[in-house]
Amino acid sequence: MCPEPIPTGVALSRERLLEAYRTMRRIRSFEEKLQELVLAGKMAGFLHLYVGEEAVATGVCMHLDSRDWVTSTHRGHGHCIAKGVGVAGMMAELFGRATGLCKGKGGSMHIADMDHGMLGANGIVGAGIPLATGAALTAKVKRSGGVGVAFFGDGASNQGQFHESLNMAQNWKLPALYVVENNGWGEFTPTGFVVPVADIAERARSYAMNALIADGMDFFDVFEKAAEAIARARRGDGPTLLECKTYRFSGHYVGDTLAYRSKEEAEHWKQRRDPLERFEHRVVEAGLLSSDALRSADGEVAAQIASAVAAAEAAPLPDPTSVTSDVYVNG
Amino acid sequence: MSRLLSTGQAINEALAIAMETDPDVILLGEDLVGGGTREVEGTDEMGGVLGTTKGLEKRFPGRVLDTPISEMGILGTAVGAAATGLRPVAELMFMDFLGVCLDPLLNQAAKLRYMFGGKARVPLTVRTVCGAGMRAAAQHSQSLYWMTAGIPGLKTVIPSNPAEAKGLLLAAIRDDDPVVFCEAKGVLMQRGEVPEGDFTIAIGRANVVRTGADVTLVGFGATVSVALAAADALAKEGTHAEVIDLRSVAPLDEETILSSLEKTGRLVVVDESTPRCSIASDVAALCVDRGFDFLNAPVRRITAPHSPVPFAAILEDAFRPDAARVIAAVREMG
Ligand SMILES: Cc1ncc(C[n+]2csc(CCOP(=O)(O)OP(=O)(O)O)c2C)c(N)n1
Repeated sequence: MCPEPIPTGVALSRERLLEAYRTMRRIRSFEEKLQELVLAGKMAGFLHLYVGEEAVATGVCMHLDSRDWVTSTHRGHGHCIAKGVGVAGMMAELFGRATGLCKGKGGSMHIADMDHGMLGANGIVGAGIPLATGAALTAKVKRSGGVGVAFFGDGASNQGQFHESLNMAQNWKLPALYVVENNGWGEFTPTGFVVPVADIAERARSYAMNALIADGMDFFDVFEKAAEAIARARRGDGPTLLECKTYRFSGHYVGDTLAYRSKEEAEHWKQRRDPLERFEHRVVEAGLLSSDALRSADGEVAAQIASAVAAAEAAPLPDPTSVTSDVYVNG
Repeated sequence: MSRLLSTGQAINEALAIAMETDPDVILLGEDLVGGGTREVEGTDEMGGVLGTTKGLEKRFPGRVLDTPISEMGILGTAVGAAATGLRPVAELMFMDFLGVCLDPLLNQAAKLRYMFGGKARVPLTVRTVCGAGMRAAAQHSQSLYWMTAGIPGLKTVIPSNPAEAKGLLLAAIRDDDPVVFCEAKGVLMQRGEVPEGDFTIAIGRANVVRTGADVTLVGFGATVSVALAAADALAKEGTHAEVIDLRSVAPLDEETILSSLEKTGRLVVVDESTPRCSIASDVAALCVDRGFDFLNAPVRRITAPHSPVPFAAILEDAFRPDAARVIAAVREMG
């Protein structure tokens, strides 16, 4: 693979570059561990992996802080990690433990962390989009300077909730960012079977909304485009639809046989476009980070995940009577 | 002749028969065919998340439509098509997704005929998966048949085994009113004997699956096997339970329930859903309204608690009604 130059608009310190790499690696390793646990029968539930799409969440969330909110999808682990949610609480949740982020009530599809501006994964395709719009409305009314960011798939852009949200956000000039992760598939159906436009970004035009397209397999491209969109939102100039062209390396969920997709297609993306490998080639080639520094980051991440698994396995199960708690604020 | 089939295979067979016998039957939904249909080497058609619609597009080209993830569009289009000459079977992957597409059912399918003075027909079937038990948590596990059952103009059926799934689905598709066909997860995982060929099971009639004189256990969908397991255990204690499978929760077969209650004097209804405004509550109310004189003990409702469906196994298991709770309720009746 021939190394590509880093966009001139992206000037990141060594620390920030390492942070980006660590986040992407943390997402990748966390999910590889989940896959192993599910296949070994140690973890239950519907798990949808983000492997391959790490650059999107990372490139966007590096611009966010504690004023900002993100909403996610059924494929939510990457967004959690990129927004700064701790892997120990996440792992405990996925193990259904009392110490989990959601006390074992949410699981993978509803994992959330209100303390880190993570308004939840979502089991309902498209439902996070208006929620992020609402977070942007709060930010605008309260003049917090925050932004609401919705991550969602190309498939979700076929829902009414997407169109209604974009229209409202543009009309109200909300500080919102709509990040479409176009991975070419919705479950087992190719996007082209059910979507007549070539780019989801085209849909922004009907709402007179700013739209950008990024290479979702390239951290630097996502980072640069997200910077522009988020700065615009914080300035009060309104929302942006940012389409990131990406690919999910795994099946739709853990256990998917992948019978519907050609191996060649997947191999092409894995061999040529892997966001972690591309990042590494470029920063090493440019002399910004050494391979040693990256390998030691890998080691740190692996240790962190191993200790999250050990802690989760040792943690107590929820008390069965807690089924009926948390239904209402008082009781 | 009958063979051992899974509920999914039985449904596939019913869909094929319906399409074979009526050119107006079309299927629409997400991933009904899926990728692997463009002759890409080494790929295969998916035929739905559970393979339920597999092979149908090849047999009936152009009549199995893969839709975008647009439930409001899917159901609304299906209602319009049904009112104008087709007999669509729309798939709503999980019943929880009713949340994003209620209007076509609530305000359109259910009401067109009435509002138009009896001049419209909406022969629509909506197939949908419901129920807990797969660690799928709050948004993929609800049993919302109480909601559709409460809407005048809609019918709601829920088979308890593969054979019933085939017969009820054929009846639903051929019914001239909109029918919600619920596929309980617990039932989808079952295998059972399914008769070959074309047959229907009448909508609105319950089935007495086991006779007994001491107590009536009412179940439907996945709770029929819960009631049967309880009946087995109770029989060992000398208590003989009659088990009724409602098959259809709207309309409700009041006569079969009441005549069993008249015989046994005691009734327990087992419902996977939350308790408020539930089928269990309806059955209990029926017993009090029309069966009061038959009652020798208070009617007992065994349901999930008034809460969303939790994720963790230990919580979800506590959420779901089980045979132990049914047995305990019967014992408490004395
Ligand atoms: C309202 C709703 N409809 C259908 C589904 C089932 N479902 C879950 S994920 C998915 C595909 C989503 O595709 P996309 O939005 O492109 O996201 P991706 O999975 O590719 O990340 C579908 C159809 C759902 N969870 N919610």
